Amino acid sequence: MKRFLMILGFCALTTPAALASDSGVHLEPMTPDHRDLPSLQHGAKLFMNYCLGCHSLEHQRHVRTAEDLGIPTDLYQASLLPAGADMGSHITNAMPADGAKNWFGAQPPDLSMVTRVRGTDWVYSYLKGFYLDPSRPLGVNNDVLPNAGMPHALIELQGVPRKVCKQAPEGGRDGLTGQPMTSEQCGFIEVEAGTGLLSAEEYDAAVYDLVNFLDYTGEPYRLDRQRIGVYVILFLLVLYVFTWLLGREYQKEVH
Amino acid sequence: MSDAKSSEKPGAVMAGVTQVVNWIDARMPLVETYEYHMSRYWAPKNFNMWYLFGVLSMVVLVNQLLTGIWLTMSYVPAGDKAFASVEYIMRDVEFGWLLRYLHSSGASAFFIVVYLHMFRGMMYGSYRKPRELIWLFGMAIFLVLMAEGFMGYLLPWGNMSYWGAQVIVSLVGAIPVVGADMMEWVRGDFLMSEITLNRFFALHVVALPIMLIMLVFLHIVALHHVGSNNPDGIDVKKHKDENGKPLDSIAFHPYYTIGHDLPAIVLFLIVFCSVVFFAPEMGGYFLEPPNFEQANPLKTPEHIAPVWYYTPFYAMLRAATYPLFGMDAKFWGFVVMVGAIALPAVLPWLDRSPVKSIRYKGAISKGMLAMFIVSFFLLGWLGTQAASPFYTLLAQVGTAGYFAYFVLMPWYTRVEKTKPVPERVPA
Repeated sequence: MKRFLMILGFCALTTPAALASDSGVHLEPMTPDHRDLPSLQHGAKLFMNYCLGCHSLEHQRHVRTAEDLGIPTDLYQASLLPAGADMGSHITNAMPADGAKNWFGAQPPDLSMVTRVRGTDWVYSYLKGFYLDPSRPLGVNNDVLPNAGMPHALIELQGVPRKVCKQAPEGGRDGLTGQPMTSEQCGFIEVEAGTGLLSAEEYDAAVYDLVNFLDYTGEPYRLDRQRIGVYVILFLLVLYVFTWLLGREYQKEVH
Repeated sequence: MSDAKSSEKPGAVMAGVTQVVNWIDARMPLVETYEYHMSRYWAPKNFNMWYLFGVLSMVVLVNQLLTGIWLTMSYVPAGDKAFASVEYIMRDVEFGWLLRYLHSSGASAFFIVVYLHMFRGMMYGSYRKPRELIWLFGMAIFLVLMAEGFMGYLLPWGNMSYWGAQVIVSLVGAIPVVGADMMEWVRGDFLMSEITLNRFFALHVVALPIMLIMLVFLHIVALHHVGSNNPDGIDVKKHKDENGKPLDSIAFHPYYTIGHDLPAIVLFLIVFCSVVFFAPEMGGYFLEPPNFEQANPLKTPEHIAPVWYYTPFYAMLRAATYPLFGMDAKFWGFVVMVGAIALPAVLPWLDRSPVKSIRYKGAISKGMLAMFIVSFFLLGWLGTQAASPFYTLLAQVGTAGYFAYFVLMPWYTRVEKTKPVPERVPA
């Protein structure tokens, strides 16, 4: 038994953290919350208004989205359902695949499970990573996915982000004054004041809601899974007590 | 009056049952078979927790068969529909997500319990005479299981499914002269395609499960013929009572089935269900992130890694980096990998020790087994990492350690000093 536990411990020690790919860029952590309905509803609204033109959620149905997010059907139909779509259909758009390839160089990917492929941190940082870059065909580039083939769809909300250089702390302190040492560093993204509909905090919150919604569409049954799981484990724990007591009776006969 | 009636009833029921059993027994050996395999199958009384992984493998096998049957009801093995049909199962089929997660987590659980079951055999010398055939059937089960897992992994038609299968199938191409043709023969096409998907589906849901069930049956028939080994490697059949029951044994049913296995199965289910309900992706080990994207022949994942249970062998495949005798390194990698998978099969003939169990073997055997475990885990971890010169060197060291355990065994098991094995199972 002791040896077995040692081996288990060894397994735990040698298990690396994650296999998800990353390009070495610093990603801002983002923790989704599928219980936060206002956030999911706001995320759904943002998706339908800013993303659905190009990106589909081809595995997710409108009717389920309305149900899970607590949006009354008539309200959903009036404000979120695209013209011509019905509630039972998947969340798709009318963009022709061939056209998309011509216009953007690649068909915009389906986003049903984008957070399961890339992780929520990645998508969150990506949506905050756009900046102006006149050398790119669409005028913008991205820190998280360099040379991304996508325009900054949320620029209206965020405002105009530019790469700037500024005085920034170096980490050490000046030996004479004791002040933190700074130097001119580049690569910061700063939004031009007054160009966006949202403030910096509001934009962060909006991106959070959008990524939260995308994470929900990646696994819409997650809350069910966890809720049922609690009952299953509780049942098994009780069952274990009884099977253990029963087993002990038989073991008594042997020893 | 009513008391008399209620006391009569069970008697009548039992009489009916006895009648049915007698009727069957006259036509086939029902009671005899039951006694032979259950109530009068004498198992050594000194089993420890390592002896649970056989029955747990059966539990997982049943889980895979049942969830597999229900998944097949909604899965579509077509190139343009497979991926979407899996998502359809996850979202639109009632409890489809549960079926799918039980099946995908079950695959990993299968390898965990089977690896531990095999390790038990290595530790206590369960492969030694007269149990060589049990071991060989077990090795065949392991091979079929690897094929089953590999083919099942292609079915969700995710991008890692596609590229993982592409890498492994291309290994066949390393075989000289016939390699390229064989690769085409395996795929049924010039590249991984719907044709490959269709045949993998057929093999995964029909051919390999049938083989698996037949081999498990043979594994158990052979086991019950010679009897179980035990942690001390003592031959319990040497000392029997007047009825022919070994003195140091107890009836498999109910003392092991209910006394040991049942609570252990529940305990296992607690761990298993914790994964299924709370961490079905297991940090990207049980379900890899690129597999949530449909297979795309034009988009290679950044880092192709097989599922964790193949990684020790995958690391050995990549460890071969030198061309030899005019054959390129890929061919030798293939040879090393096949050798690593097949070599344990000859263990019964490599082990020359006078004792079976590690408990009575000498220091060298203990050291070699420890080195084997370290090598196996090291290789397993390296197989998940992108290759680098240092990692390749580590993988070569690990491969050497893995092979040394087997190749040097005839020597070290003979020269070392062993402890005397007691006649009877110690109390």
